[in-house]
Formats: sequence, structure tokens, C-alpha cells
Amino acid sequence: MKIKNQNRIPSKYVLLILIIICGMLMGAELFTGGHGPLNLIGSYTIIPMQNGISSIGRWMGDLTDNFKTLDELKTENETLQSRLDEMTIDNTRLRQEQYELERLQELYKLDQNYADYEKVGAHVIANNGTNWFNSFTIDKGSNDGIREDMNVLAGSGLVGIVTEVGPAYAQVRAVIDDESNISAMVLSTSDLCMVRGDLKLMNDGRIRFEKLPNNDNKIEVGEQVVTSHISSKFLQGIFIGYISEIEVDSNNLTRSGYITPAVDFNNLQEVLVIISTKQDLVNDSSKDGKEE
Amino acid sequence: MKRKIVTVILIAAAFLLQSTVFGRLAFANIRPNLMIVVTASLGFMRGERGGMAVGFLSGLLIDLFWGGLLGFYTLIYTVIGYLNGTFHRMFFDDDIKFPLILIGISDLIYSFVGYMCLFMLRGKFIFTYFLGHVILPELVYTILVTLVLYQIILHVNRRLEAEEQRSASRFV
Repeated sequence: MKIKNQNRIPSKYVLLILIIICGMLMGAELFTGGHGPLNLIGSYTIIPMQNGISSIGRWMGDLTDNFKTLDELKTENETLQSRLDEMTIDNTRLRQEQYELERLQELYKLDQNYADYEKVGAHVIANNGTNWFNSFTIDKGSNDGIREDMNVLAGSGLVGIVTEVGPAYAQVRAVIDDESNISAMVLSTSDLCMVRGDLKLMNDGRIRFEKLPNNDNKIEVGEQVVTSHISSKFLQGIFIGYISEIEVDSNNLTRSGYITPAVDFNNLQEVLVIISTKQDLVNDSSKDGKEE
Repeated sequence: MKRKIVTVILIAAAFLLQSTVFGRLAFANIRPNLMIVVTASLGFMRGERGGMAVGFLSGLLIDLFWGGLLGFYTLIYTVIGYLNGTFHRMFFDDDIKFPLILIGISDLIYSFVGYMCLFMLRGKFIFTYFLGHVILPELVYTILVTLVLYQIILHVNRRLEAEEQRSASRFV
């Protein structure tokens, strides 16, 4: 045993070797931009375990839901019923307008730009364990057709974008993350702005918007903000949230403020992934253009 | 061999807990850093080599699933594991104050390096906010969790060492 110990490399050098390996990993990732086989290993070891834990969590959540009292359910049912009535009225009105829009688009030979995007549902199985960033793991990966840069929704609003894909999982960066940066526009006036996540606002679940031109268009609190048509990664017209504060910047040229997102980021369980990226759409339309 | 398997299970369990269960147990969106607790405590229980190995593995897991650049967290955790390993000689397993201090300092180092590389270099000079709202709450919560988690790790380590001594004496 002692002889073996003497032949071992001193731990200082082992540390040095490991540091060099880390440096090489970082360098390799900068140049190739992928994790390679390590992703594959993780996909078949850690991901199934996370899947298991989160499905137990979901099951327990369902169990507690079962104990809701009858009164609660009744009142909820009533409010939902009245909402449904409102929605039905809205829907008929909108459908009439839709027909009119289609007719007019046909007249003008306009393409339908943001038709219904095809979506795939996925479960959120794990969060980011650091306190610095807000990203999460979903249980669908390249085996299910998920690719990088696909947009992720929950309910009606934008949640984030796929940043990394393994065979059976994908990493999604939330829009409230400190590194998130989205080109957006105000729905009513089509003025462009930048929506960027901020660590300080992450805890309140709010996002900041900047660089909205300070022109004659009046924009008020409560207006809707959607993804813009010039964004290179986000599809057009996805709902981000409502403006909750707006003020003119000190340079008098731009306006900025805060947005309340449409999604509750603290209780994300199921999300929808749009299975076409902006790049696909751009490629398709450029092909069509050439043919014509 | 058994020691290696148990260590890997400990790391994987801490990782899984932190990314799933502790997401729900977060106070003010701050969760404790279980990976630091595991890396640091196994570091001073097993010495420099053991600490480095544990740190390397924990960091690699974090890089793969939470991080952006592969190798960044691996580097931090490996160094933290090594530094804790250098205190192996001063470690007596009936004293809890010393491990608490070491784990606290490790968490601080991790947070400061993280702030500098991931926020300051991107031009986000929010140090006072970061200190008050992220670093210190994380430190407090981590130390609270350490009080429980450390006992478990200590127990596992004692069992392992007792077993190894027994099997060693059997062969002699």
C-alpha cells in the first residue's frame, strides 16, 4: 500500500491537470458549440430520475387538488361559466371578423403570416438549481423533434426559447432570465422595443422593456406586447405580457418600463413547444420567392 | 469500489433534490446550494484527491444541466473541492463549527466568482443588490440545510470507513 502511495502523482498536479481539462472543455465548446457525447450520457441517467421525481410531485399535486371543497368548486364553476358566455360572444364576433379578414387578404393576395403554429406539449421536469438564472428542463428532446431556437409557450403567453437539446430532454431559457433579450412590439401601434430579463425583476416575475420610440403614438398601461416581426429567433405575434409601467427616458427619445408576463413562472408544469423555428419560416418563404 | 458508488449516489441525490424538490422549498426564490455542501464536506472528509473528484463530478453535472459554458462550474467546484481537501488534517468529525465555517466560505467563494464571471463581465454592476438578495440569503439557507445534510453525509462516511477498516483487517 505504501509503495503505491509514493508512486502517485502529487495532488497539486492532479488539480493542474483537471484545471487544464476544464479550460479545454470551455475552449472546445466555444469552437464547436455542443456538449457532444456527455449530453447522451446525461440523457439516459439523470433525466429518467428527474422524470420520476417530478411525476411523483405532479401526482401529489393532483391528490391535494382532490380535497378542494364543494363550495370552492361551485364558485369556480360559476365564474368559469360566466367567462365562457363572454368568450362565446367574443368568439362569434371574432369569427365574423376573421371571415372578413380572409376575404380581404384574398383580395390583396396576402399570405397568412402567423397562422396557427403546430405545437407539442411537454412537462417541466426540473429547474435550474442556481439562484442566478431562470431556465428549466422539459421531458421532450431531439427524439420528439425538438430543436434549438424553438419557441416555448404556456397557456397563451411566451415562456422562453430552447437553448440546448439532448435526445430525451431540452433546456429552455425563460424570458425573465437575466440573459434573455427579445425584440418585441406593442400590439396596438406596432412600435418596436426590446424586452430584456433582469435578475432584480426575476423574483417578482416582471420583465423590463426598453428603447420604445417616444413618438406621437400614445401607449398606456395595460396594452399588450407581442414578439416582433424583425426578431430572428422568435416567431411573430406571440403574446408576452401587458405593460404595467411606462415612462419617457431622460433622453426624451425613447420610452421604457415594465411588463407583467402572461405566464406565472413560479408554477410552470406543462408547456407547449412550437415545432417550427423562425429560421424555417424564413427559409420557406425565400424558397417560395425564388420559385415565383 | 463501494465508496465510489456511494459517493456518486450522494452527488446525484443532491443534484436531483436541488433541481426538483428544493425548487418548491425556495424562500423568496432562493434555494440552498446542496452541491457545495456535498463537495465541501466530502472534500475535508477525504482529502485533496477525493475533494477534487467529487467537485469535478458535481461541476460537470451542473454544467450539463444548468450552465451555459461546459467547464465553468466544473472548474469552480474542482478548485473548491481541492481547497477543502487541504483542511483534511484539521478535521475531527465530532465538531460541527469547523465544517460549517468551511462550507460557508466555500459558498461565498462560489458566489463571488459566479458574480464576477457571469454578471460583472456582462456589464451588470449590481453587486450590492446581488450581495443582499442572492449571496447572503443563499449562504444563510445553505448553512441551515447543512445542519441536517452534514449529519447524513458524516454518518455515511463513518459507516464506509468502519467497513473498509474491517475488511482491511480481515485480509491482514
